[in-house]
Amino acid sequence: MKHYIARRAGYSLLSLILLSLTIFLFIRLTGDPTALLTEPGASEEDIAAIQAKFGLDQPLWIQYGVFMGSLLRGDLGDSFYYQTPVLDLYLSRLPNSLILAVSAMAFSLLLGIPSGILAAVKVGKFWDNAGKLFALLGLSLPSFLVGLLMILLFSVYLEWLPSSGSGGILHLLMPAFALGWYFAAAHMRLTRSSMLEVMGSEYIKLARLKGLSETGVIAKHAFKNALIPVVTLAGINLINMINVAVVVETVFAWPGIGRLLYEGVSFRDFPVVQGVVLIGGAMIVVVNLLVDIIYAIIDPRIRLEK
Amino acid sequence: MSATTDPAAVPTTPTRYFRLRDLPIIPTTILVTVVFVAVFADFLAPHDPQVGSLTSRFLPPFWQAGGVMTHPFGTDHLGRDVLSRLIFGARVSLVVGFTAVLVAGAIGTTMGIISGYLGGWVDQVVMRLTDTWLALPALAFAIFLAAIVGPSEMNIVIILGAVYWTRYARVVRGEVLSLKEREFVRLAIVAGCSKWTIMRRHILPNVINSAIVLATLMLGIVIVTEASLSFLGVGVPPPKPAWGVMLSDGKQGLMVGYWWLTVMPGFCIMLLVLASNLMGDWLRVKLDPQLRQL
Repeated sequence: MKHYIARRAGYSLLSLILLSLTIFLFIRLTGDPTALLTEPGASEEDIAAIQAKFGLDQPLWIQYGVFMGSLLRGDLGDSFYYQTPVLDLYLSRLPNSLILAVSAMAFSLLLGIPSGILAAVKVGKFWDNAGKLFALLGLSLPSFLVGLLMILLFSVYLEWLPSSGSGGILHLLMPAFALGWYFAAAHMRLTRSSMLEVMGSEYIKLARLKGLSETGVIAKHAFKNALIPVVTLAGINLINMINVAVVVETVFAWPGIGRLLYEGVSFRDFPVVQGVVLIGGAMIVVVNLLVDIIYAIIDPRIRLEK
Repeated sequence: MSATTDPAAVPTTPTRYFRLRDLPIIPTTILVTVVFVAVFADFLAPHDPQVGSLTSRFLPPFWQAGGVMTHPFGTDHLGRDVLSRLIFGARVSLVVGFTAVLVAGAIGTTMGIISGYLGGWVDQVVMRLTDTWLALPALAFAIFLAAIVGPSEMNIVIILGAVYWTRYARVVRGEVLSLKEREFVRLAIVAGCSKWTIMRRHILPNVINSAIVLATLMLGIVIVTEASLSFLGVGVPPPKPAWGVMLSDGKQGLMVGYWWLTVMPGFCIMLLVLASNLMGDWLRVKLDPQLRQL
């Protein structure tokens, strides 16, 4: 067990190092890093200061040391546009992103799980086909398109919901739906296949043999077990949502991390772009590690395998 | 999918996979139409997609009051013809989509074969790199790269290739691991073939099916990513008529109800992605039973 966790943690650490190395190398090898790391129209002294700070005239490996050193101190540089540390900026936007992600997740589960169960119970029938169509549309309609079409319908024609900004619950409805839409389809597909697998198992046969009603079998025995993979995926997707929300947040002018990334790109505010990608990648690596560890604790088969 | 009634009538040669009448109707029709439109865009488009006239801005489609037949799908904020832009946009989407999938496929398949066949530390390095890149949020990573190299069609292709090669590498490596234990590979070793010859002549032809299936499934994702990047202003640079750029331009007119600027390009993106997804699903089941659970 300890051995397994140590190895997983080692891999994750390696991933984090590779992640920083990737970001670092891309900035330096694809062009002039000075142009990216200094403000457009910066003075000679500013440019010299940045070059001195990152040692841009030094060999690459020394530069990487400096880069990692500031990363480990939590220093992601200062935003050109806001003139504040990128980390502070990130943390100030994080709550908004979390609110959006949690609501989108709630919506995607509320839609995905029941429809997945329905499709699995009525496999091959009408509801199953309707579910397949829904899953296909979910994967084929990009979230920004769903968002724009909703604005057109609910804000412009019906005038029910505000088209942008944040504030009350009404501001949250459309972005949460647009963001959760794709994930609802993914959760539905997984619930369906997971339910089908559980329904074919021995203990479901036993539950039926002992005379339990079909509803009882589904609700008490199948549902709970089928939910395990879905909940795992949902946990990972919550982090993914924060990171893929950039388009939805841009469409609805929702002040989250994604919007920050978009602003970073449009204002040519490079430290912000770099910071968002680095933190996003690091979050995913850490969450994957946590999932692996939790799985190992729950399921002994995993930690014993080579 | 049309079911063959008599199993005995099915020839066992691989050609049976490509009988035209077996192709799924809806996705094939859509894809063929889009390809046709993209190829003959110069002849089909009634106007220049990049030149507008400011006297005819925001014209609605012809069936609405104020619409004219010369601009059947209306005009945008610069008075450019929406239909012509959609037609040329098909070309942008397809060219970027196909080349990006090819670039990603070439990198990923090569890495997967090398990693799987050579094993050892090469395998470790490639797989760690793959894990790391898979951990990066794809869209944010693409935006990051676009912010460094600047927007252009060529750069988008390279960026999408750089972001999405890892999925091929994973799948191909898995296949190679089982292939390299097979008789024909061992015989090739005994016959004295070099590692490179084996990888190129014996392994590659056997993984190409999976790579093609994956490429079709990736096409939809790549097209959506390109549209998203263009929508955010880091994809195809603006005067070019990409669907994502059109959606981004159309946002200006959205709140005053110029719906056609959003709905038309949006509908095109949806159709193309839907068709690629359906085609990918069909190919997956048809060509590669092993990938059915993907």
